[in-house]
Amino acid sequence: MDFLSNLISGLSLGSIYALIALGYTMVYGIAKMLNFAHGDIIMVGAFAVIVCINTCGLPVWLAAVVSILCCIVLGVLIERIAYKPLRRSAPLTVLITAIGVSYLLQSVAQLVFGSEMHSFPKVISMPTIQIGELTIKGNALVTLVVSAVIMVVLTLFIGKTRMGKAMRAVSEDKDAAELMGINVNKTISVTFAIGSALAAVAGIFYGSTYGFIGPYTGSMPGIKAFVAAVFGGIGSIPGAMLGGLALGIIENLSKAYISTELSDAIVFGVLIIVLLFKPTGLLGKKIKEKV
Amino acid sequence: MMKTMRKTLGIVLAAVLCIACFAGCKKSEGSGGQTLIIGGSGPLTGDNASYGISVKQGAQLAVDEINEAGGVNGIKLQLEFEDDGADPSSAVSAYATLYDEGMKVSLGAVTSAACVAVTEEVKKDGMLMLTPSASQKECTQYDNCFRVCFMDPDQGTYAAQFIADNNVGSKIAVLYDKSNDYSSGIRDNFIAKAQELNLNIVSEQAFTDQSKTDFSVQLQAIKSSGADLLFMPFYYQEAALVITQAASAGMDITYFGVDGMDGIIGQMGEANAELTEGIILLTPFVAASSDENIVAFVEAYEKEYSATPDQFAADAYDAIYTIKAAMEQAGIEDVEDAELNEKLVAAMTEIEVDGVTGKMTWSADGEPTKTAQAVVIKDGVYVEY
Repeated sequence: MDFLSNLISGLSLGSIYALIALGYTMVYGIAKMLNFAHGDIIMVGAFAVIVCINTCGLPVWLAAVVSILCCIVLGVLIERIAYKPLRRSAPLTVLITAIGVSYLLQSVAQLVFGSEMHSFPKVISMPTIQIGELTIKGNALVTLVVSAVIMVVLTLFIGKTRMGKAMRAVSEDKDAAELMGINVNKTISVTFAIGSALAAVAGIFYGSTYGFIGPYTGSMPGIKAFVAAVFGGIGSIPGAMLGGLALGIIENLSKAYISTELSDAIVFGVLIIVLLFKPTGLLGKKIKEKV
Repeated sequence: MMKTMRKTLGIVLAAVLCIACFAGCKKSEGSGGQTLIIGGSGPLTGDNASYGISVKQGAQLAVDEINEAGGVNGIKLQLEFEDDGADPSSAVSAYATLYDEGMKVSLGAVTSAACVAVTEEVKKDGMLMLTPSASQKECTQYDNCFRVCFMDPDQGTYAAQFIADNNVGSKIAVLYDKSNDYSSGIRDNFIAKAQELNLNIVSEQAFTDQSKTDFSVQLQAIKSSGADLLFMPFYYQEAALVITQAASAGMDITYFGVDGMDGIIGQMGEANAELTEGIILLTPFVAASSDENIVAFVEAYEKEYSATPDQFAADAYDAIYTIKAAMEQAGIEDVEDAELNEKLVAAMTEIEVDGVTGKMTWSADGEPTKTAQAVVIKDGVYVEY
């Protein structure tokens, strides 16, 4: 029963990673950049919920909507102000800028909310389910179900809609897509908007799972989700989901059965092994270099 | 114009000088007797200012009480307290200043790192040092260094003893931060003492600084072990996470913390206030106690400073009364006694002090022996266990 419980909490943790990893992988796939500030959007989303509920007294659903909108606006603004002017610069320049944005978000949050941890309001009022000796946290269940629904919707969106088609086109060849009449700027903005909205959802789940939020809350899950994205094959949407879930399960099971201190080392060790045998990640496509 | 200003300045300076002289005279000759200067330093500004201010106020209160009652063997006490900003090098220069002012007994420094630096100076001078609050092991590394508070790892020993004496739990689980000296030191002593007392430890789980947000696996293992008491030797920030996650996993267990747990009520906030109910924590000082010594101290402190004394104030208050006891034991009647230092240090291991932080005796290695007290949280406030 311990095994099942650990597996379920691993899945729940993994779906939070997967939600964040989706943002990483979409932005990478379309804008060809690593948005290291993505993890901190989670923190902003969670703080938005705290402010909405504790200070403004909004109901939970409205707080969630406001938080998602906040993150969308923030994500698109960051793209417009910090990344767009650098679209033709060297990848390293953009990467450093992203790290700078990440620090900026953390410092501003620290300035506004202080460095201490803030308790997160109870947004998910799902009771703990007890089946025999097996305990399933209500939070974990809601996280799992909502994440699964979001992933299905996202896959349909990318595969079936015109915007999705445009995104795939931009991802394949930005210049050719532009020649075909696709508005590249708009497509990239939409990508950032979707990624940030997912981060806000991840932030809400993260807050309600762990109960406390601080200005640096986003950085570790951000890094883990980046690993998940690489693990699954960066640029691949099903890869990010698979990578996130796998990472959550590996992390929890290695904590339970090998060592709590070594769990992170094991997670990153698995990543190294996978990359040795499959350099593009589990579901990554091999990119042909055109000569 | 310039001339008049200079003149005025000169007169003012001369006046200040006279007053200073007069004040200086008054200090040592005031009641015809002698004055023993007790010096100390601590952060009075900056991040940890509350510690230093508490110590200064607690010590001053004790000094005033003793002087009002006629001093020690006719000798008045005088407290000189410097700001060191919790910084070791500032603490050393504060010590030098105090030494030049004629300090005879040192309170060391309030914070651990600063106090360790002071012990090196104290060792050279041979003066008695009694730190109220520096808890790191090295703060009493030399023969003439003593402390009032518990040494960090000793809390583990006291916690195990307390659990055994009061029958708090029969199946004990331990969760600790393996990457933190404070936490693992307390855990080591706790386990050692628990084995000695035949306590039943059913599960032991660890986390590290890198993995202190998700405790689901550790809590699952603790839950499966059937433990009814969870010993948590770490700070309240992590404790808040553990307690909230345990509650959402449907765990019903008694939480037992040490002094790092102090602050949990504020951290949990109103949203999770009901989760703090029944948390037990070991503490050197209970302001809500019904002990008459403590009631009198809390009352006097509140009257003087309009604040409830914390453990730092209590430790400092006890430190001054300990110095008084040592002076009486050694029969000090002259502060210029050539063997003052040796006599006071020797007296430290012979005295017993019934202070507001408990009945204390000292061993030659500088550590106090006292009974640990515990508080339990009821309706959002600490009450005596």
